Parts: sequence; structure tokens; C-alpha cells
Amino acid sequence: MPLYHNEDQAMLADSASQFMAEEGAINKQLRHWRDRDCKDGFGHELWKQFGEMGFTGILVPEEDGGLGMGHVEAGIVLEEIGRNLTPSPFLTSSVLAATALGQGSNDLRARYLPGLVAGESVFAVAIDEGAKHRPERIKTRAEKSGNGFRLSGKKDFVIHGASADMIVVAARTSGADDDAEGVTLFAVPKDAAGLNQDAVRLVDSSMATHIVLDNVELDGDAVIGEVDGGREILNRMLNAGRIGAAAEGAGVARGAMDMTIDYLKQRKQFGKLIGEFQALQHRASHLYSEVEIARAVVIKAQQLLDADAPSAELMVSVAKAKVSKVAGLAVREGVQMHGGIGMTDEYDIGLYMKRDRALQEFLGDAYYHAERVAQISGY
Amino acid sequence: MADLDTFRSETRAWLEANCPEEMRQPARDEEDVYWGGRRATFKNDAQKSWFEACVAKGYTVPAWPKAYGGAGLDPAQAKVLREEMSRINARPPLSSFGIWMLGPALLHFGTEEQKTHYLTQIARGEIRWCQGYSEPGSGSDLVSLQTFGEDKGDHWVVNGQKVWTSYADHADWIFCLVRTDKSNKYQGITFMLFDMESPGVSTKPILLISGNSPFCETFFDDVKVPKDQFVGEVNRGWDVAKYLLGHEREMISGAGGGDRTAAIGAAMLRHSGELDPMLRAELAMFDVDALAYSAMGEKFLDEIKVGKAHPAQPNMMKYAGTELNKRRHELMMSAGGSRSLEWDSEETGGGKPSRGWLRTKANSIEGGTSEVMLNVISKRILDLPGS
Repeated sequence: MPLYHNEDQAMLADSASQFMAEEGAINKQLRHWRDRDCKDGFGHELWKQFGEMGFTGILVPEEDGGLGMGHVEAGIVLEEIGRNLTPSPFLTSSVLAATALGQGSNDLRARYLPGLVAGESVFAVAIDEGAKHRPERIKTRAEKSGNGFRLSGKKDFVIHGASADMIVVAARTSGADDDAEGVTLFAVPKDAAGLNQDAVRLVDSSMATHIVLDNVELDGDAVIGEVDGGREILNRMLNAGRIGAAAEGAGVARGAMDMTIDYLKQRKQFGKLIGEFQALQHRASHLYSEVEIARAVVIKAQQLLDADAPSAELMVSVAKAKVSKVAGLAVREGVQMHGGIGMTDEYDIGLYMKRDRALQEFLGDAYYHAERVAQISGY
Repeated sequence: MADLDTFRSETRAWLEANCPEEMRQPARDEEDVYWGGRRATFKNDAQKSWFEACVAKGYTVPAWPKAYGGAGLDPAQAKVLREEMSRINARPPLSSFGIWMLGPALLHFGTEEQKTHYLTQIARGEIRWCQGYSEPGSGSDLVSLQTFGEDKGDHWVVNGQKVWTSYADHADWIFCLVRTDKSNKYQGITFMLFDMESPGVSTKPILLISGNSPFCETFFDDVKVPKDQFVGEVNRGWDVAKYLLGHEREMISGAGGGDRTAAIGAAMLRHSGELDPMLRAELAMFDVDALAYSAMGEKFLDEIKVGKAHPAQPNMMKYAGTELNKRRHELMMSAGGSRSLEWDSEETGGGKPSRGWLRTKANSIEGGTSEVMLNVISKRILDLPGS
């Protein structure tokens, strides 16, 4: 398959680009909710509009009311989200939770997917335990209890946790903390007794929670997939989320770069446009080169994932690592080349820097994924 | 699609029948590469029979028209052939600046007569070409070149000096940029073709830091060039040169990465037995960049085929690919330790690691320096002011 968008995908990109630039613009969404100290960090109206546009169900199978598309299409929406810094529960709900639910029972799918497709429900995922992403180690325990389970443990960095109607929780039903096997995924409703969330605002104005699961009682039908068979679903979910985060990061990089290059063509110092200075030209051109490469590996990994290719795992980590490095470069060069104005809250370039930092950390940073590239490659 | 599948199975069968076993492994030394030309000799029968089979089939230049010695393959078929050759590690039957550089220029700018004559010679490996561009005073600023062709009616008399002429001492003919109008910088250069055996042509190999001499200085002392031996128009050779530089950058960018051996970490571990933690970390970061760049290479080729790539994108590919290759060899030297310092030991194949490492330093100089590539990206892609 060629590494560019086909006609249908190009049409989706056009409509997503227009929609996000109009409805998801920084002033209309990110700044609007941030300046009102919104407890969700995003607008529910916009989320409904996502539903009307069909974005919410891109990865949801057609028989469940979705569009049954793939990661290339989800990535198209995410890149536009990234360019416009549009806050929404798309990545956690329509990519991560939707991927897990897709492996769930008919009952679970019927319970949760229609609300997601309509842009009414918000979902979150609780994976991390501690400040760094280490999904190989899961300490949270789920003990058998009657017909169901009792969950105990702590989860961190649960994006949109406080706004979520349901949280996908990875817990251990057997084995030791570091075992690959013995993991089970649960769909935990927001009002479950013993689910305690402590909400915090992050540097990019998004909302996350620290979760304490204090003997949370769940029915057996809250299990997604098989008991003890959650690792495969978790990996599937992580691959989807990681390439999604990479696509959004590529959008952040592009947004920051475009803004910076525009600025080089407007700002005058020493009687010249600063874009005339070769010191800045070379840095801008290096950045362009890196952003192009990052975008190429993102679409490569998306296609491999959609084709269920064995090398998808490797290329998803390559993409997440590469984008984390490149988007980091884009926002740092962005702030530096904007000079003093880049340090002001009034100017948008700083918002890109903040969002990039949060995205880099989400589902594993460049160091985590480079380590994974080494391990998968056999060294 | 069905046609392509048929073509693939036919190609596979043809390769099976015609590509000798010895030609299905990477070239180990310079003699394993066949360059053709008047003075060429084959290293062995396998090299000869593989070359001759390809000439007969048009597979030395598969995408060129049949009339000029090619096989007339369309881009999809050419890709299938590349894939099938790479699947069995088949060596290129013929390496040639005629194929890579002069050919594309002639296909674009040549007269019908020139195409029939020169392209067919190239396809059959009869003439080995070299390229006369750079001069001692004209490197990155190539257009300032001074080698002068004086108009003598039915011929020019060429005087001057070229430098960095690859394998000039082995070449039969040269394609050469010669100033024919001193009053016009850009529109005063002619793209000439002439025989290296012409009286007044001499070459002198340049010893490089790698200890090898793949390049020469080439001197022209009253060389007579008939007035019909030029490509394009008289005084418009710069157009041809610019077109060709694009090709050269594509070629070099392809060589710098874009293949499945892009990642090196695992090979370095096998080679060294163990890796220091910090080196392992650097190798992992390199592999991320290398694998990402190989995706870029694939995307770039896909986009070129349908005209989606920015016309200046080869400059970006060349920049990123050559910088990556230099980094690759730095890491290979580190992973190899003191063994990789050996200059002429048998174990290192005569200092391959160190000589190869030094050779890569030219990647970001030849064919346009990295700094010139960045200038071009600034001007043509980012549209930055005043560049």
C-alpha cells in the first residue's frame, strides 16, 4: 500500500482539517475551557459534534454502529487535533477504550459503544501505576468475590478519569506483579463504590486523576475478554493508543513548526526579516526534515497495524519515539525562534510546548520506546 | 494486478534461471562491482554470464525504452523486478554513471540520434563515463566554474581543470560542464561530451583520508571537442546540470538509508558480543531514526511515482540520509572498538571499518553539502525570505 492517503482518506483529512480549524480552534476550545477552570478540560458540545461528524466511531465496528475504519483514519483526526491543540476525549475514548471494548462481550459492547458513537459517553483508561509508563508491571489486584471481583490498587495519569462514565482498568487476577500472564481488563463504571479519584490539572490544562481502588466490587460481566487473558487486549489497546498519540504529536509538531515559520517571515530585527538569517534558516530546514520523517513513520506504523503485520509492534514504538523527539524539537525551536513573545501566555506557541510535554509522557516516552525498539530487535 | 502477478512469477523464474549463485551475495570488494567500458574485464564467469543475460533482457536499465537497450518496464513492473532481485540479493549487473546520471539527462534533453547512440552504449556497458563538474575554485558554488571552451567554428578548444572526478582514470568518456560564454554566469555553460582519449586530457588520482583514490583531478590542455557533442542547448548546460543534480541527490539519499538493513543495534551486538549500556542506548536512538528514515524513503518513492512529492524533496532526503549514514558509521566504529581501528589487517578485510567510516564523511559534501541542502529547503520548500 502506498504511504499516502487514498481518496477517501484525503476527503476525511479535508473535513477533519476544516472542522478542527473552525470548531476546535485554540481560542474556541483550549483557552476557553482553561480560562474558565473547567473541571473536564474539554467541551461536551464539541464531543457531540465529533459524534455528528462520525469521528467518535471511526474504530468502532459497523455492527456496533461505528464506521469500522482503521488507524490511518483515526490518525487523520488526531493529527488535526494535534495541530489545533483541540481538547477532547477522543484518544482515551474512541481509540483506547474503543479498542478494548471491541474485544468485549456483546453485552459490554451494547452497553457502552452506542453512547460513545453518539458523542455522549466519555471513557478513560487506567494503566499506569506510578509516574512512569510501565505496563509490564501490574500490581493492582482483582480477587474473586462471589460471581464477580473485588479490585484493590492505585492507578495514575488517568486522563479524563473524573469526566469518564466508565474506566478501563488493567488489574491482576493471578501471578506475580511482573508476569505477562494473569492480567484482566475491567470496565469500571464511574459510580462504583470504592472508586476514589483525586483530580489534578496538568501542565497542558488537561485533567487527569490519581485513582485508589478500595475493594471495588464488580460483577463478572465487567470483564473485558477473558479472565487472565487481558494482556493481549491490553497490548492491542496500547498499540492503538501509542500510534494515536504519535499521530497527535505529529500534528503538534506541524502546528508549532508552521507557526514558527510564519513568524520568521513577519518579524523584523536589524532591519531584516529574521527568516533571512541563515542561522535560523538552517534550523528551520532541519526541523522540516525531521517533521517529514516523523510523519512518514507514523503512517507506516498505522498501515502495518491496520494490516495486523508482525512488524507493527516495532514500528509503533519507532513512531512514538521518533515523534516524541521531533515534536520536542519543534516546540523548543518554536519558543526560541519566537523570542520573548514565545514566553508569553498570550501567544500560542507555549501551548504547543505544554501539550507536547504531556503527549510525550503518555503511553511511554522516547526513552521507553527506544528501549522497546532495542528489545524487539534483539539487543 | 493479475498482470503484475504474472510478471512477478515470470521474473522470478527468469532470475532463477539466469542469476548465478555467486551473484546472489553482496559485493565484497571493488572487483565484485562491474563497471563496463572499453578496458573492462570480468572477475569470473558468473559475473560475465549474469551481465550478458541482463544486457540481452534489457535489465541493465529495465525502465529505459527497448529502443535504447532497456526493457521498457513501467514503474510498477520495475518495482517488482527490484523487489525480486533484492529478495535473492542479486547484485546489480552493471554499475555506471552512464546509467545513473548521463542516461537520465539524455532521456530528458537528448536528441533522438544521441539517445540511440549513447544510451544503447550505456545499456550494453560498452562505454564507461565519468562526470566533470567540480573545479578547484568551484565546489558548492559550482556555477562559478572556469574551464573554458573557445569557439573555433566546427569545434571547441577546452582548457581547464576538474576535480573530484570519480574514476576518471578508468573512464572512456566524460560528460563535462564547460564555460562557453564568460559574460553570462548561468547561461554561459555548455554540457559537453568527449572522449577521455582525446589529446590533451590527463588524470591524476587523489589520495583520500581513507587511503583510497576513487577520485581524480582531470586536466584539459587544448582538448578539441567537435561542436555536435553537447546535450541540450549551447550555453544552457546549467539546466541539464540542475536536472542531473536532482537525480544525484535522489541516488545518494537512496544509498544513505531506506533499506531493511537500516537498523544496526542487533548486528552490533552479534559482532561485539556485548554492548556498553550507554552505547546500547545510543544505538537504540539511532535505530529509531534509521527505521523512521527508511519509512520516509518508502513514502518519498511512493509520492514521486504519482507526482505528490515536493520537487525539492530530494534535497531533504539527501540531507537526512547522509547525516544518518555518518552517524551509523560513528556508532559502528565505537561498537567495533580497537579492532575497527586496524588499517590493513586480514580480519578487517584491509581496514574496511575505518576506511568505510572515513569515506562516509564525504557523504554530506559530495553532490551538494548538507549546508547547501538546507539552503535549498529554506528557499524552495519553506519559502523563507532573502535566501
